[in-house]
Amino acid sequence: MPQTPWFRLSKFKLSGARLFVAKLLVWAVCLAPFLRLAWRIWHNDVTPNPIEFITHFTGDWTIRLIVATLAITPLRKLLQAPDLIRFRRLIGLFAFFYACLHFATYLWLDHGFDMPAIVKDVAKRPYVTAGFTAFVLMIPLAITSTTGWIRRLGGKRWQRLHRLIYVTAIAAVIHYYWLVKSDIRLPLLYGTLVALELGYRLVMRKPATARR
Amino acid sequence: MLIEKAADLRHSDVTPKSVYLHRRQFLAAIPAAFVAGREMLSPSARALAAETKIPNIVKSPLSTTGETVNTYEDVTHYNNYYEFGTRKNQPATLAQKLKTSPWTVSIEGEVEKPLKLSMDDIMKIAPIEERIYRHRCVEAWSIVVPWAGYSLSELLKKVSPTPKAKFVAFESLYDPKVMWSPQEAGIQLPYVEGLRLDEAMHPLALLCVGMYGETLPPQDGAPVRMVIPWKYGFKSIKSIVKIKLVTKQPPTTWNISNAPEYGFYSNVNPQVDHPRWSQATEQRLGEGQKRLGIVVPARRPTLMFNGYGDQVASLYTGMDLKKYY
Repeated sequence: MPQTPWFRLSKFKLSGARLFVAKLLVWAVCLAPFLRLAWRIWHNDVTPNPIEFITHFTGDWTIRLIVATLAITPLRKLLQAPDLIRFRRLIGLFAFFYACLHFATYLWLDHGFDMPAIVKDVAKRPYVTAGFTAFVLMIPLAITSTTGWIRRLGGKRWQRLHRLIYVTAIAAVIHYYWLVKSDIRLPLLYGTLVALELGYRLVMRKPATARR
Repeated sequence: MLIEKAADLRHSDVTPKSVYLHRRQFLAAIPAAFVAGREMLSPSARALAAETKIPNIVKSPLSTTGETVNTYEDVTHYNNYYEFGTRKNQPATLAQKLKTSPWTVSIEGEVEKPLKLSMDDIMKIAPIEERIYRHRCVEAWSIVVPWAGYSLSELLKKVSPTPKAKFVAFESLYDPKVMWSPQEAGIQLPYVEGLRLDEAMHPLALLCVGMYGETLPPQDGAPVRMVIPWKYGFKSIKSIVKIKLVTKQPPTTWNISNAPEYGFYSNVNPQVDHPRWSQATEQRLGEGQKRLGIVVPARRPTLMFNGYGDQVASLYTGMDLKKYY
């Protein structure tokens, strides 16, 4: 008999009050960075270059949460905790929330809605193009994240559409990698995590394709 | 005048140093211990420490006028000093470990009279002037700083360059005990920089020992650094230990790291974009509109040679500045 893992997540069935509390916790964890950012802006504690600070802050949390949503599927299997699925939409939408803040910072704080300059920037700067791609691909996923849309599209088609998050994750890592000047450790860390997460899916997919 | 105001009203008049160092909780432990420790040093040791008042500073006619000087807080808490971290807020804490005394600068190479100078010697070579300069980073932000020092040419004249000397190579301190490794910083260390001899002899090229009337704080390149106001900030090497006159163009750190992005000359030039971003505009820290209650730097046009073209453009006549970026 396989050893019971110490975390015993498989025994941790989430329903009713437990699910409510767990979701509340995830909400709190995902919202905490935003509250911290708001607090720092309120207290003018945003470094001498607030735009850069807010841009990096919101960007950091976007990529962290993208990595977190992609971790749900492998973790469900590895920890034998299928109920983790209940947090995926929440975390994914929070990733989109921080991506929106990140994009708004760029549009409004940084460029003051100077559309011609922005269009030029997106087209000309590869790292901006990559970031913009990552963001735009998240929009349909956020829109179709509701249960109604899952029903309307049908599970298979919905799932296929939502594989766009893989492209978003890769584009986000490239965006980060291309913008740092010399210290590439963090982009490499996120890149490795995304590679592991996507690699896991690829490996687990193989038997299914063979059977077909 | 603005200059007067900046010199009269010091940060220390408004906020005690210990208080602003404690402002952020995460800074608390290390600098608190450091500040407390420094207060207990003997008076003579303290005189050599960073951030002490420099006596007899004279105002320089080479100062830039019509600019608002940035706050001391801005200039000391937003630094690119990769030996002490790759995030802008890291050097303010991590660079406190830099030991700036005793300090020796060796001036050598193609010179008649090589010298090894202590900081006391360096302070005496020429009168210390206050020079207000615009400082434009390659990352498209800028600040205005009242530096203190004198033209590098004063020092170079003392060593008498030989006719073979064509370039000046600078080298920073590299102390792996207190600094990040090259792997962590992502650049080769020690940091090296260089100028053509005529650039180095230009009166605007400042050998800098202080700012805001005091000796340099460690995160801004204590105890002695270069300030070359018409070039991107990374050319203005910090914490210099060696100045060598050489016959050939010397290697420079950022050029070694990424040659297509950082050239040897790196003159501020709004017409030559960095491969990843535009250099046509810049964000002046501390100036701009208030949005969300914070001052958000507005973009302003970047000036050719950072606005020092009248003085330095003649150094580059006939040169293709797109090729020699």
